[in-house]
Amino acid sequence: MADAIRAEGLVKHYGEVKALDGIDLSVPEGTVLGLLGPNGAGKTTCVRILTTLLRPDRGSAHINGIDVLAHPDRVRRTIGVSGQYAAVDEYLTGMENLEMIGRLYHLGRKQARARADELLDRFNLSDAANRPVKTYSGGMRRRLDLAGALVISPPVIVLDEPTTGLDPRSRLGMWDVISERVRAGATLLLTTQYLEEADQLCDDIVVIDHGRSIAHGTPEDLKREVGGERLEVVLGNRAEAQIAQEIMTKVCSEEATIDDEAHRVVAPVTRGSWALLEAVREFDSAGIVPVDIGIHRASLDDVFMKLTGTAATPSEDAVKS
Amino acid sequence: MSAVDMALHDGWVVAKRNLIKVKRIPDLLIFSTIQPIMFVLLFAYVFGSAIPVPGVNYKEFLMPGIFVQTVAFGASITAVGLADDLQKGMVDRFRSLPMSRGAVLIGRTTSDLLNNVLVVIIMSITGLIVGWRIHTGFWKGLAGYLILLAFAYAMSWISALIGLSVKSVEVAQSAGFIWLFPLTFLSNAFVPTNNMPPVLQKIADWNPISSVVLSLRDLWGNAGLTRPPGIPGDYPIPLAIGWTVLILIIFVPLSIAKYRQAAAR
Repeated sequence: MADAIRAEGLVKHYGEVKALDGIDLSVPEGTVLGLLGPNGAGKTTCVRILTTLLRPDRGSAHINGIDVLAHPDRVRRTIGVSGQYAAVDEYLTGMENLEMIGRLYHLGRKQARARADELLDRFNLSDAANRPVKTYSGGMRRRLDLAGALVISPPVIVLDEPTTGLDPRSRLGMWDVISERVRAGATLLLTTQYLEEADQLCDDIVVIDHGRSIAHGTPEDLKREVGGERLEVVLGNRAEAQIAQEIMTKVCSEEATIDDEAHRVVAPVTRGSWALLEAVREFDSAGIVPVDIGIHRASLDDVFMKLTGTAATPSEDAVKS
Repeated sequence: MSAVDMALHDGWVVAKRNLIKVKRIPDLLIFSTIQPIMFVLLFAYVFGSAIPVPGVNYKEFLMPGIFVQTVAFGASITAVGLADDLQKGMVDRFRSLPMSRGAVLIGRTTSDLLNNVLVVIIMSITGLIVGWRIHTGFWKGLAGYLILLAFAYAMSWISALIGLSVKSVEVAQSAGFIWLFPLTFLSNAFVPTNNMPPVLQKIADWNPISSVVLSLRDLWGNAGLTRPPGIPGDYPIPLAIGWTVLILIIFVPLSIAKYRQAAAR
């Protein structure tokens, strides 16, 4: 399959700061690539280069085979972009915003209007279509902004933190719309700080930090790389926790660690369900009833922590990359 | 579509968008018209009796000056509008669309020009009320208005460059404004230049504002008896047109180049 998005050796400096230090990306047609990284990692710089807003100091980028640096205008005709901040005009209505974008893609007046209608309907904004955006909630603005990126049903969509600042329900709604575009054949590049989002939407993930790509793979690959399964048990008191630690060290044949305050005992396991059954039997015969017991897999959060050394907590006010 | 057609089409789409904002917040318009009315009244009645201008009633002498000062200040809203678009990410959105590179600036300067047209109409009415008249005829009167608006449009492009350079609305508000004070006061807009110290007089006579003001006074029959020596006094109209064209030749390409690499944050 051909790559719909391809970047090679992107380097970008802002004065002394090296925002990108040789990033390679490739997104096969019809797939979703998630660009993950802490604030300031270079995600937005990457996106700005791919969407013709910024020229890299070195490196090349192609969208659908078109050279982004040589033919930015042709690239703009095939991409839909939604930035980190909902770029919609507050004083225009939702309808007027989408119509304007349609007209700037050089759709005819009627066509622009029809498409705006369709999108407003699809994004549940029909009721608010004729209200100035000023009166919209944050979630509605984001939805309108995303709708703006889809006006010409572009084959390549680039979204920079599409759900930052949305409530969980609006986020689910956004995911639906995004997956629908991908099922329809669109190729998507998405930056996010929400690991759950990357897990849900992405076929492939590139983790970047300090302008370099530090890991690449499917969400499953990355989770496997960071660590397999572990048995976690929460006990009622310290005495029980200590007994549990002994039991689990024996069952799991690896040293179980104990968190005294939470009375939580954790041990890495290889054959998860077998170890779980074995531990349950042992607890039973020791007369201990755990508060909680279960097998846990590494989450993308663990991956993120391990790779970048920072938690992936999104913060609205931090300096954006 | 040819490049020019596209620039005009896209520019008009953007201009319409800007005009919708004026429609939605009419207060903007109210305040941008109150100011010129205030200026006319203050200068006409406060300074009117204190500033003698040989050969003409001061109110008549003053009106062309106030017209030019007002449209020059009016052009400073171009900076504010663009800085706002930049700050809110609208420029990023526009730049990622396959639209003409000049369209956002053409649209902005056009909508600001239309805003200035309205302001000029209101000022003309105020002027008529305080006793100003055009003494020549329809065509000369119209020619004066065209020179005035063309100059306003050119000033918008200077303002555009400022707006794209400062990146914040607050800075644009003062940066777009502040340089206009010396520019408009160091001219013949409010007082004849012949009483200024020689160096200032030279600067004031060659000031584009002065050329435009003197053109209007000549075309409308509001000029007094004193004229600056040499070219500024002999050929104000060609000079005014020349300045306008020169400003456009310099600032249109500069502003568009700035826009092409404008980064919001």
